[in-house]
Order: sequence, then C-alpha cells, then structure tokens
Amino acid sequence: MSAIVLKNVRPLGGANVDVLIDNGVIAAIGEDLPVDQAHIVDGKGAVLLPGFVDLHTHLREPGREDAETVETGTAAAARGGFTAVFAMANSTPVADSAAVVEQVWRLGREIGLCDVHPVGAVSVGLRGEQLAELGTMADSAARVRVFSDDGHCVSDALLMRRALEYVKAFDGVIAQHAQEPALTAGADKNEGEVSSQLGLRGWPRVAEESIIARDIMLAEYVDSRLHLCHVSTAGSVELVRQAKARGLKVTAEVTPHHLSLTDELARTYDPAFKVNPPLRTSADVEAVRAGLADGTLDVVGTDHAPHADQDKDCEWGCASFGMLGLQTALSVVVDAMVSTGALDWAGVADRMSIRPAQIGQLTDQGRPIEVGEPANLVLVDPDATWVVDPEELGSKSRNSPFAGHTLPAQVVLTLLRGKMTYSLQEKVAR
Amino acid sequence: MNTHMKAHLLSTTDLDREAALQILDTAEELARVSDMPIKKMPTLRGRTVVNLFFEDSTRTRISFEAAAKRLSADVINFSAKGSSVSKGESLKDTALTLAAMGADAVVIRHSMSGAPHRLAHADWMDAHVINAGDGTHEHPTQALLDAFTLRQHLGDHITASAEGSTGLDGLHVAIVGDVLHSRVARSNVHLLNTLGAKVTVVAPPTLMPLHTDNWPCEGSYSLDEVLPHVDAVMMLRVQHERMEGGFFPSAREYSQRYGLTVQRAAAMPDHAIVMHPGPMNRGLEIESRVADSPRSVIVDQVRNGVSVRMAVLYLLLGGSESALGDGAA
Repeated sequence: MSAIVLKNVRPLGGANVDVLIDNGVIAAIGEDLPVDQAHIVDGKGAVLLPGFVDLHTHLREPGREDAETVETGTAAAARGGFTAVFAMANSTPVADSAAVVEQVWRLGREIGLCDVHPVGAVSVGLRGEQLAELGTMADSAARVRVFSDDGHCVSDALLMRRALEYVKAFDGVIAQHAQEPALTAGADKNEGEVSSQLGLRGWPRVAEESIIARDIMLAEYVDSRLHLCHVSTAGSVELVRQAKARGLKVTAEVTPHHLSLTDELARTYDPAFKVNPPLRTSADVEAVRAGLADGTLDVVGTDHAPHADQDKDCEWGCASFGMLGLQTALSVVVDAMVSTGALDWAGVADRMSIRPAQIGQLTDQGRPIEVGEPANLVLVDPDATWVVDPEELGSKSRNSPFAGHTLPAQVVLTLLRGKMTYSLQEKVAR
Repeated sequence: MNTHMKAHLLSTTDLDREAALQILDTAEELARVSDMPIKKMPTLRGRTVVNLFFEDSTRTRISFEAAAKRLSADVINFSAKGSSVSKGESLKDTALTLAAMGADAVVIRHSMSGAPHRLAHADWMDAHVINAGDGTHEHPTQALLDAFTLRQHLGDHITASAEGSTGLDGLHVAIVGDVLHSRVARSNVHLLNTLGAKVTVVAPPTLMPLHTDNWPCEGSYSLDEVLPHVDAVMMLRVQHERMEGGFFPSAREYSQRYGLTVQRAAAMPDHAIVMHPGPMNRGLEIESRVADSPRSVIVDQVRNGVSVRMAVLYLLLGGSESALGDGAA
C-alpha cells in the first residue's frame, strides 16, 4: 500500500498540518512533511476527524438484498465518512446465531469498504420469548458485543432482566428499542396534534418513556450496561439525564432525523417521513439537540433503514418504517449542531466516532489523531454544500427524507486503515 | 361561473367559506333535477368518473353513482373485491391503470387515512380526486351534505350574513360519539366552523381525540349538559371493533351514557333536529323511536347526499356555465 499525505488539513478543526499515512497508520503529523513517493491529497483546509462509527445500521443482507446489500450499504457508509457500522439483527434469517453474524461480518471484511460489526439478536427470531445464544455470538469470529432486537422492543421485563444480566459475562451491552407494544398497536405516527387531525394512529411518547424508565431501573438493579436506541422525546432525554446523574451505565443515541425533522411532515402523507420511533415535535427536536450537546445523549446513530421503492411508494398505512441515513448523517449533524454552535468539531468526533466505538467496544476505531494510531479517518469540507439526490446515493434504496434538501458540509475522503474507501474528487468507490 | 374549489376534494380544510357556500348553492340548484320527470342533465357527458372503493360502502357508492349519472358522466365502479386489488395490486398500479383508461375524476374510499391524498399528489395520475372517506381522517362530502341539511331545516335560526348566500351562522351543533375514530366528525368540525356554526364534540374521554387545542370546537364528556343548548345533534355510529377494543366497558353502559334516548331528546329545544350519517345501530347510539321521530332528518341527509355530490363533481369537472345550463333553470 502506497503512502498518502494529506496536506493542509485541520485535525478536529484545529490548525493546518500535513498528515502522513503509511502502512495503515498515521506515520507523521507536521508542517511541510516530505511527500516523496506518496499519494498527495490537498485538503485545502478541510477538517480531519476520526472515521465515523454507526451503532445503528440496517444492511438488509441476508434477506432483503433488493433493498440493500452489505456492499451497497457499506458503500453508502464510506461515502458518509463511516469506517465502522453495527449491522442490526433484523435480517432474514435473523442474526440470532453465530452462523448468521459470522456471515455478515465476513461479507464486510471481503468487501472492505467499512468494518461491519454485526449486532446479535437478544431473543430467538426477535420474538421476545427466549434468549438467543448470546455467548456463542460473542465467542464467534464476529466477536459480538452489542445485542438488540431493534425493530422490536424487548418488552418482557423478565427477558430484559435476564439479557442485561447474562451479557455481563462478556461485557456486552443490550441496545433497547424502547416501544411498549400494547400502547403502540398499529401506531404509525407521533400521537399529538398532527395525528389527531390526520386521523393516523398515534404512537404516544409515553410508550417510549415507560420502557426507558423501566429498563434504567432494571440496569441499575442488576448493575449492567444499557444502551437506548434512537431516543426521540424530551421526556426520554430527561430520564437518561437523571440516570447518568446517578452514575448508571446507561448510554443513549439519537438519529439525525430526530435532530432535524418534525411530525409536521406527516401532513403530506408521504411515507418518506414514516419512521419508528416517529418524528416528534419541535420541542422534542430542541430537547434531543440539547441532550446531544451536553452529552446526555452519547452518540448519533443513523438508523439507516433502506427500503425498496414499492415499500414506500404507496399509502402511508401500507409503507415500511425507516429512512436512509448513512450518507446524510454528517451534514444533518452539522446543520443541526455545528452551525448552531451546539457542538464543535471535537464534539462531532466524540458523538459520531469516539463514543460509539467505546460503546461498541472497538479498540481500533474512534481513536485520537496521533502518530501510531490506525488511519481510520474522514476528511470533511465544512464550507461545501450539496443537494441530496437519492439517485446519486451509494445505497441501493432511495428513501431519503432529505431528498432535494441543500445540506452543509461534505465528506471529501474516507480512509479505512489507510486505504481510500471514498474520495469525492477521484470517485473511488473501493 | 368560476369554481372556488381546488383541484381535489380531500379534506374540508380545502374549502374556504366561499367555496363551501358555492357547493351548497350549486347543490340547491341541482336538487331540482331530482324533482324533474327525467332526472338527468348533459353537463358531464363524455367525462369518466371512477368510483374506487377499497372499503365496502354501498350507500356512499350508489350516492356518488347516482350523482355522476344524473350529470351524464360515464361511471366505472372499481371495487376492491373482485378486482386485482384483492390480489395485492398496489394503489400506485391501480392509479396508473385508471389514468391509462382516461379517468377524469376518481372517487376513492379507503380504509387508510391519507390514501386519497397520496392518489392526488404522488405523481401517479392527473385525475381529480374526491375523498369518499379515508380511514379515520375525513369524509368531506358527508360534511357537505350535513351542512346542506342543517341549512335546509334550520333556516329560521341562522343569522343572516351580508354575502347574499346563507351559511350556518349562529347555529350550535353537537357531534356525539366516537369522535376519535370518526372521519365524519373531523370533516364536520372544520366545515361547520367555516360556515359559522359553533360545534361541540361530545364523547367519553377514551373516544375523545387528544391534542385538539387547534380544533375549532369545544368538547364535553356529558351529553346531558350539552343537549339543551343545541340546534342539531349528530349521532356517530359506534363501530363494533371499538367495543372489543376496550374503549368503554359495555354497549349497555355506552348507550346509557351517550345514547340518544327519547328521554334525553326531550331536553333538546323544540326546533332542534337529529342527524346520523348512517348506518345506524338502533338501540345503541340512537333509540329507534328517536330515529323515526319528527326531529329526525336522517332520510333527508341521504337524499341531499346526491345533490351535494352532483355539485362537487360539477364544480371539479364542470363547465363554466350555470349548473342547469340555458333554459333548464
């Protein structure tokens, strides 16, 4: 692998330097580094960050390769600046065994665009009845540490307690999709003013908050790690804030769309805006932004959820839940958090790389930009703007809620262990 | 005559006062066709109206069918049962098919809220879309026929307005029952307000929608407190699935607390009328003798439905001349 010199780049938005990358690691950082025999990239003052880590991605393979594959999903990830993604377990078959998680992990390695870390299902078949073989998945080649029934809530309190306890043996974490099922039967949109008017079945905030409150109590009781997926309400943020104040091992994530969009968009009845948990109100958007800014919410997780055209180009009630997220995540976070002064670039690195790598127990991701560290890096042009065209995204699907939006900040280059997985200029796909 | 309607009728919020009054006035004019020996006029000759019904509703479908036929439109009934829809054809493909067949207007009834909105705006076809009831969202032509019926029966109690056309100013209408799931209630709350009436929705708390601060109406949990003050009461049908869904303990208790009994109806002012969008559960939300009493205008509602739907079709598809054309009026 030939060496690469990134000239005129600003690590974490700081001073301009050159960064030499050789043998997959950062070999030197300084001014006017010698460039002999190295591939030169002129950063022109772009911001250099550790490669992003997504704790919440749906790659759809195996099972729905018409919507996304590991290859197309990781292409979108690389183009979004990600160097590692956690692939949720709700594939077909479900990733509830060593065989399936190893298959997904191996596909990611072979393709080489982005590290793929499978999330193991908590329960067999995501049915919420019986623990899946969590230990076997942990011991497999995929080294699973994050377990989730995402898409479904582990609603049975006893099963949740057992899962939280059991993963302590290998320092795993349960990532909960907090949705009380009885309160949300048939629900497909935030319960509130807009749902009342539109006649859509409301998904009340209390259905999320009651599960979060219960799980915080369970995690405290059994002294285990709990991660809360896609926190969407002001009340949930407050519950997490209180849990952290008590010193509990609770972490939480917010999606880019919950940082930026509200349920007013449902007035179009366009299923592009149908997602679970649903888009909430502007007061909730303010609360999750404040939570991400003060660290109550640890990470941005995309909940990238590709869907084939026919599953979105239909009635709201027939449509699948979910939105693309990998390729727009950075820009949406910049728009919601950086442009508003709520986060600086170091904060972006923390919420999109360092913290998710820690929660997912990755030792080679989310590392400082220092000599000797693995060259998992992303270069961002903070001043560029771009228009989201779903046809041009790396994903196989087109269900972006940001279609047609002009967004700030653009990924210029992504490096995975020193290898270019995306270059805006050179159009490198792999 | 310029139509004040938009290209589609999806919600009564699409109608400003001018547009709503135009529909009612046109319906009044067209009602005369129903009194003629030959109940037909040539206005929409050569136009194709498709009744696209994904949900059974014989009464609404035949009302639209009669309306379109009296205007000489070609009517195609496309019902989900017996069509490819039941074999899993998507709404999109159905829309593309109707567009290819040259539909000028599509009257759609669907179990999912917003389906007419999608049909109108998803870029699948160009035809005018009329919402004939979508999920728990709206049923605008029902609200229009209700407004027409209110105006017809309560003219003496309506405050005159300056515009030369009569609205519903000064009336107080109660809408009673499963407001949470009622498309009839949603459409009426907005339309009656637009026309100047005061609306009170009455329901047990479990069937009252939440977050209705922006609804132009008042709410009450007590039918008995409201009845003495109304000019009209609209009783909503209680669906059987609500009884199973635990929204109230039993049909008996619902009937006791929210049913319009003879005794309760006696508390209404003498002139006040009783309405129901049908089909009724006699003995549940309305006592049989009330439904058949002189206060009841339920049969008039059905009759007026045809005139109002003729007016909507005429104004959406229609000509620029007066509804009845030269010499017919």
